[in-house]
Amino acid sequence: MASTRVDSASSRNGHVSPEEAGLVAEPSRGPLLSRVVRGLAGQITSRIPRADLDERDPDFIRERLPLMWLLASIWYRGDVRGLGNIPDSGPVLLVGNHSGGNMIPDTAIFTLAFSTFFGVERRFYQLAHNLVLAMPGLGSLRKFGTVAASQANARKALESGAALLVYPGGDYEVHRPSWLRNQVDFGGRKGFIRLALEQDVPIVPVVAIGGQETALFLTRGERLAHLLLVDRLFRLKVLPISIALPWGLNVGDMLGHIPLPAKITIETLPAINLREEFGPDPDVDEIYDHLIRLMQDTLDALASERRLPVLG
Amino acid sequence: MRVSASTQVIAPIDRVWSIVSDPERMLTFMAGVTRWEVAGERRTGLGARYRILFRVGAAEVGGLIEIVEWDEPCDLAWTSVTGVDQRGRWRLREVTAGRTRVELRLAYGVAGAGLWGWVAERLAAPMVSSQLRRSLQQLKRLIEHEELRERAAARRAARAA
Repeated sequence: MASTRVDSASSRNGHVSPEEAGLVAEPSRGPLLSRVVRGLAGQITSRIPRADLDERDPDFIRERLPLMWLLASIWYRGDVRGLGNIPDSGPVLLVGNHSGGNMIPDTAIFTLAFSTFFGVERRFYQLAHNLVLAMPGLGSLRKFGTVAASQANARKALESGAALLVYPGGDYEVHRPSWLRNQVDFGGRKGFIRLALEQDVPIVPVVAIGGQETALFLTRGERLAHLLLVDRLFRLKVLPISIALPWGLNVGDMLGHIPLPAKITIETLPAINLREEFGPDPDVDEIYDHLIRLMQDTLDALASERRLPVLG
Repeated sequence: MRVSASTQVIAPIDRVWSIVSDPERMLTFMAGVTRWEVAGERRTGLGARYRILFRVGAAEVGGLIEIVEWDEPCDLAWTSVTGVDQRGRWRLREVTAGRTRVELRLAYGVAGAGLWGWVAERLAAPMVSSQLRRSLQQLKRLIEHEELRERAAARRAARAA
């Protein structure tokens, strides 16, 4: 599962058209480039499946739990704490920090923990980058409840009474350099707060550590992404460079990598009822600052428990 | 996969039964169990339901269980309604007067999980088995210490009288 975010404009049930994605060719790029850009964008857009919350399949998830448990318990020595902080029923917005490049262990471990704690019967969705859902072989993610990241899909999921997991930091945060691994960085994205206020649902912060130790992440490659147009073609603001198995130097991480068996610890914090804590007409910036500080403090505490990278 | 553990407790069978059949006391001796809550109107007996969770590896596993056998004071069995498939049983037998053999059995699995399910069940077995053994040790200690304290209190009361 790759980076996710909820604050982008979208339509077509989470799909973006070339125009919406800003892919209308610029005159300075020339007609040939214009056609290539349009063609590629069309291909990508057509591959993005329509978001359908009903595609989530509890039986499918249940049958995959043993494999997820093996990965989480043996490879990552996962430790998920505080799931009791999540309200037992009703819609809730789970907001996490995002780590691990395109091979994100946090999401898989949290999905396992959530599914075994509350049962696969409880509706649980995750927002993912459009590109992830368009990738061949990752169609099964939709059965886990993964839908394209958009306000429309997020709203739909919460209105259905489900728990929704979002990563506001998205691709920006997930590819941060390894030396910034203990830093929560949403890149100023606040759409999730407006969503929680609009839907009047509590926010539950989910803080994870260890994901950024599964490879040596060197740079986000933002300038490279802009230069190669991937920011406009695929909504990717980054083209990360890392050192990862089995590739060695890994540019883009499009084919994923073999993650190192870093110990993953995830802590779920008490639910925040925004209007109860910030008043009837809350200030989005104030909530954002509070949430970032809260999650950063938790991440610092989790970091202080670790003695060695990867081993934990 | 089925795992079991057994022990002998120096206490009458009724005493042991009163502890293992009480949902409110489960958390005091069941190792790895993080939740054992009554779900529904029946607190004990046939048909009583509990929401339970126990930690195995990276996950807290469990779900809703229902008591399907209640043969006081010998057998208490449950089966899962939701969550991981499981079937558990407390089997109590009187060895001699004031001494009870206690056996705790648990069968678990995920139907339809295929090869990975098979592997996971076997890898989880030592963890589950160790939790069962520890639970029985804690149960034995809990009951025998309560018995000792009660006898001591009775002696003190007799002396005072």
